[in-house]
Amino acid sequence: MADTATATATTIDTIRESYQALVARRRLYSGILIAVFVLLMVAGFLVANDRNAGGFWDGLGNIFDFPADVVSEAWQKRADMPGLLWKYLPALIETLNIAAVSTLLGFLGGMVLSLLSTHGLAVWPRLIPLFRRTMDILRAIPEIVVALVLIFIMSVGPVPAVIAIAIHTAGALGKLYSEVNENADLKPVDGLASVGANWTQRMALGVIPQVAPNYMSYALLRFEINIRASAILGFVGAGGIGYELRNSISWGTGRFDEAAAIFILLFLTIVAVDQLSSTLRNRLTHGRVEAML
Amino acid sequence: MSATADTLPTLQDQFAAADRLIRRKKIVALSVPILLLAYFIYVFFAFDIPGIADRARGDNAMTLIRDTYSYKTHVTRENRSGAITVAKEGERKGAWPEGTWPDWVSVSGDRAEIALTDGHRVTFGPDNTAIYHHPELGDFAAQASRADGVQLDRDDGTLPDFISYTSARLDIRTEAGRMTVTRNRTEVFRYFFGWELFWFTLDSPYYGHGPVDILFGARIDPERSNLAGAAQDFWNNAIWQHNAVTWAIFETVLMAFLGTMGAAIVALPLAFLAARNFTPLAVIRQLFRRVFDFARGVDALIWTILLSRAFGPGPLTGALAILFTDTGSFGKLFSEALENVDGKQIDGVASTGAKPIQRYRFGVIPQVAPVLISQVLYFLESNTRSATIIGAITGGGIGLLITQAIITQKDWEEVTYYIVLIVLMVMLMDWISGKLRQMIISGEPVGMTAKLALGAVFIPAIIGAVYVVAVWLRAEAGRWSDHIGALFGG
Repeated sequence: MADTATATATTIDTIRESYQALVARRRLYSGILIAVFVLLMVAGFLVANDRNAGGFWDGLGNIFDFPADVVSEAWQKRADMPGLLWKYLPALIETLNIAAVSTLLGFLGGMVLSLLSTHGLAVWPRLIPLFRRTMDILRAIPEIVVALVLIFIMSVGPVPAVIAIAIHTAGALGKLYSEVNENADLKPVDGLASVGANWTQRMALGVIPQVAPNYMSYALLRFEINIRASAILGFVGAGGIGYELRNSISWGTGRFDEAAAIFILLFLTIVAVDQLSSTLRNRLTHGRVEAML
Repeated sequence: MSATADTLPTLQDQFAAADRLIRRKKIVALSVPILLLAYFIYVFFAFDIPGIADRARGDNAMTLIRDTYSYKTHVTRENRSGAITVAKEGERKGAWPEGTWPDWVSVSGDRAEIALTDGHRVTFGPDNTAIYHHPELGDFAAQASRADGVQLDRDDGTLPDFISYTSARLDIRTEAGRMTVTRNRTEVFRYFFGWELFWFTLDSPYYGHGPVDILFGARIDPERSNLAGAAQDFWNNAIWQHNAVTWAIFETVLMAFLGTMGAAIVALPLAFLAARNFTPLAVIRQLFRRVFDFARGVDALIWTILLSRAFGPGPLTGALAILFTDTGSFGKLFSEALENVDGKQIDGVASTGAKPIQRYRFGVIPQVAPVLISQVLYFLESNTRSATIIGAITGGGIGLLITQAIITQKDWEEVTYYIVLIVLMVMLMDWISGKLRQMIISGEPVGMTAKLALGAVFIPAIIGAVYVVAVWLRAEAGRWSDHIGALFGG
């Protein structure tokens, strides 16, 4: 009896010891990880601060200067505000149109690319890696690069922005869609194949109905992102509200009421579309937690 | 039984319902494409797509495409002084040293012979004459003078369409090259494949030497060892500016890293205040949710504009713009994740007598950490792209370099180079974030090559970070000891 008791005690001791060693090692690892992370953050901040034109601590005091200027000027001329909002509405609609058209085009491109790069659905299974890399590259090119190059060729206007955003959207949606496609049930496809449907018919009738809610949900999310992108591209010369914003803030003092009107329009649009799309997306996917990007 | 039978619809009803459903679907299936078509027609005119053909610049597209894979070397004669220079892309930094010529140019006195490809030649003669020898169409002789402008020895009516000629300017463009003559200047362009002077500029002793020569050949520059000298000259290449480009890429990644991680650090505690199960007080919860909506709604563009007024152009401004926007996104995502935590684990930790902080640390964080980290890593990759765009607006990183190169409309080979670098940078960040997610979240082992590659990225970063922090601490310590010395020494 005594022997067993000692033996049990020893086993418990060993277990406790090894557990504590394990905990200590894990703590050490997370400690090191956190230390490295803090180190990288501090060093990164120091380098960024050093390479910035104005320092962080100097700038911190001025952070409200510009907003205060904008707000005070807008407040002084608050009587004009409704007129200004009305004046910039067409530019806002152009920005929204750029986002909508590019999302639609990117949606179509992403759909085709994803179907071509999913195992079991692809027409040419050997070319799957090619289409995947194509999507990676389309996704990796920032819109601004394509837009600026196209502005050089096609001159200023909304079309360069549409093409640029559509290219990126096709790559981004294609990747998400191919993940959705992986989970599609292949039985309807087989069924359609057995009655002699061609590839387009198999995809349109067998796969798309299954994946449509997820496709729509991601496309809505993308529309939200693309509104922001289209505003930014306007800022570099692709038309729409971003272009007006740049004019109003670069003409120096005296136009800040216009800048305020544009800020308000852009902010309200983004928030409204954000809320609308999140409600729609919840309805489409029944509260599924989706990746944000 | 009978109750069920009463509520069950009859077969006819079911048929009718099915018919209605199919009819509705038919209407939807037809109306969606019609609406889309109508929208596209509206946009077609709203964006003035018919007018694009008029506004598009085909010649710009040709220059752009040609420049991406080839460069031109200019042979220029100043007609007033007769001085001849040869320079790649006509840039001073790419000029041949005075008195030396590439082997396709020969100069003797005021005559020069320039060989183009496919038997085309140009001869510069005395009195500002220049003759373009076309192998099939014969010679085109031109003379530039102060009084009469440019004169061509052929009748205007019979000129082939690759020549445009007025008395102010003669322009001959062929597949082999190009010659322009104006009153002041005669220029000949010859095209070469590749990117000019990508490795070394002409003033470097390593120009024209291959990698084998540099690695194993005799010492080229007596002052320096081949490898060190070549690395130095490559790094300080004045045309391609490899050091500036490397710094720019680094700045862009830094913006994304600082912005994303900073936003995660700020958003994590705030997310607790916006989650239903941690903050029962609806007022506070709503307040923080609106703060997140605001930060996201203002958008990176406006944040960038506002912040660059306070902090000036640079990577810090970009990082802060990303930080502000993503605090909103992370706050929303994190609070959603926190609302989905399992309460049992927290109860279990609480039953051992844990204080609130300990309950969060051991009951909540382990549950949400994988979701949170994976979202942060997703954002890190996408923010690398955003940092390029923000850099273009605020003036920092590779975004600034590429917009400058595009705006000058001259160095398309540099634009191509930057595009390739950006794509590689984003793909590398994508890959790193994927591997880290795989390691941290799913605990899957990663391959040896992946480990080596991650090490190759992180070890230099850590060493650099240690160095930067050490330098800073030393400076700070010096400042503090000065302060203390001043206090006591008084």
